[in-house]
Amino acid sequence: MAMEKDKHYLIGVFSDHDDLLHGIEDMRDKGVKIHEVYSPYPVHGLEHALGYKRSWMPKAAFGFGALGTTLAITMQVSMMAIDWPMIIGGKSYLAVPDFVPVSFEMTVLLAAFGMVGTFLVTRDLKPYKVPRIFDIRATDDKHIVAVDLAANKLSEEQISSLFKEAHAEEVYRRDFADEEKSPSFISYMVDLFTNGVTRSSRISTHR
Amino acid sequence: MINAMKAEVHHHNIEENFVFSDTAKKSIFTVLVIGIIMFVIGVSMLALGGDSHAHDSHALANNGGDFIAVSEGNDHGHGHAYHWTNRLKVTFWHNSVFFIGLTIVGIFFTAIQYAAHAGWSAVLKRVPEAFGSFLPYAAVLLIASFAWGYHEIFHWTDSSIMDPNSPNYDPIIAGKKGFLNLPFYVGRMIIFIAGWYGFYFFLRKNSLAEDLEGGTHRFWKMKVIATLFIIFFAITTSIAAWDWVMSIDTHWFSTMFGWYNFASWFVAGLATITLAVLYLKDAGYLKAVNENHLHDLGKFVFAFSVFWTYIWFSQFLLIYYANIPEETIYFVERLRSDQYGKFIFINLFLNFFFPFLALMTRDAKRKAIILKIVCYAVIIGHWLDFYLMITPGTLKEHGGLGLLEIGLALIYSGVFAFVIAQALAKAPLIAKNHPMLQESLHHHI
Repeated sequence: MAMEKDKHYLIGVFSDHDDLLHGIEDMRDKGVKIHEVYSPYPVHGLEHALGYKRSWMPKAAFGFGALGTTLAITMQVSMMAIDWPMIIGGKSYLAVPDFVPVSFEMTVLLAAFGMVGTFLVTRDLKPYKVPRIFDIRATDDKHIVAVDLAANKLSEEQISSLFKEAHAEEVYRRDFADEEKSPSFISYMVDLFTNGVTRSSRISTHR
Repeated sequence: MINAMKAEVHHHNIEENFVFSDTAKKSIFTVLVIGIIMFVIGVSMLALGGDSHAHDSHALANNGGDFIAVSEGNDHGHGHAYHWTNRLKVTFWHNSVFFIGLTIVGIFFTAIQYAAHAGWSAVLKRVPEAFGSFLPYAAVLLIASFAWGYHEIFHWTDSSIMDPNSPNYDPIIAGKKGFLNLPFYVGRMIIFIAGWYGFYFFLRKNSLAEDLEGGTHRFWKMKVIATLFIIFFAITTSIAAWDWVMSIDTHWFSTMFGWYNFASWFVAGLATITLAVLYLKDAGYLKAVNENHLHDLGKFVFAFSVFWTYIWFSQFLLIYYANIPEETIYFVERLRSDQYGKFIFINLFLNFFFPFLALMTRDAKRKAIILKIVCYAVIIGHWLDFYLMITPGTLKEHGGLGLLEIGLALIYSGVFAFVIAQALAKAPLIAKNHPMLQESLHHHI
């Protein structure tokens, strides 16, 4: 691995989520760019503290829902009124009230599937992903704040002292060199068919 | 940001007292006067324009043979010629039923906040609580309009219908005699209203006592009262819907009707609560109510508009699909009628499509002006929904929607707003000792 591809992070560990929220606000005010925060549970207001913009996912949901409605209506009209007109229950071919339940269900179905798919793709959540684990305690009882040193103008010492000011319990540096890369989709599939499920639930040896 | 929010909240004086100002009184009186003028013009036009009915019934003859044929089965022509006061009686009944619904929804909303331990609403809970103060007035209006118009509104009240020897005898209606008879009916009505008022009385009493005493024991007491009220409310609103609305079309019945009426009342009540909160904010009160609380109120209006649509459509679809004549008559009378047909679509637009699309986004629910427009649409829409439930079965082809109906609705609204503003002025606007008040002040979504 070339040196420039190595990643250097400064990790701050917090126990209390109020300290975490205020700490992040203070650090961002002082110009620290925060790479990511890992929490064992959802912290209310974290996305505001990190300055995240509103998610566009609801718009995607509306789009998928509208697509579902359109498909359902197209399907029913083309089946019931165009392709094979049939009188059912004495109603006209184009019995619009009858189409409502199916259209509703298709709307919900496509919105739900579309959202799950969108979420998996945009968050890069694939089963064969090799995760970069900053600190395994983020799955237990600590909030982990990662700061990418290359992305910040401030020096490591400055950021470290800012972490301390923000009441971080522990500050340390983590370097990622020679990281295992996620396999490509094709090699994952080949591996899956030749060796069976082997890449499941890797146990991290990190601290 | 959280710090800033806390500081902002602490900056407010939490204790607020609503003063029923002259400007507020003036705008309520303006509504009242406009309503009275419209009502008087409407009544005089109706009383003087007797000739137009001949024209109306003539128009009906062209309305499709099956419509008349089926409606004859329902129409017991027992010598009651249409008189113009019938329309007045029906309009009074329609508004009384609608406004007593708004009133009890205020109590119900308060009750569900306690039963669910909801914290967000603590800061605005005096507003729905005050709605209950209209209950005595609503009860008087309901009972008076029943006493005046029951014979014209409910044709089962004609005793000859239940008499096997009478030419008016109707075996189907006579079979419902055990339930639909005046003593039992009026007794139920009085028990329902007295029960609602009793629960309201104790909720209000404990709520006011909490202001003076503090502590949590009043909260727990109110939780018990609220839970019992919800059970009572579920049963009574359902039966009230059969009695007050469904028994108008005596032959017809729908097992969804209780839900359907509840949904209509509830979403109209939620819209009224939201409007009241918005107007109080406009007048400089409820400073601690921010867009997070409005967002939650908006979600309520949005969600229960969809709920109403779900119930409305479920009732409609089953009847439409099964195509049984004694069931479809209800919609034939409405959809196939020149007078009422268009209102079904206006109803669906105002109560479903408009609130659904207008309140869909998060931003819309947090903006006072959009909420206000949607709330007005929903209130008008559900008033129209009750109009569609009550008028076609009582007035048939003589019904109309004109100055008379709108004027009387404005009069009722004016009185409603006046009584509630007075009740708000009687108690502190914010329940300062509510155990969940801090949660409500810091509510953030």
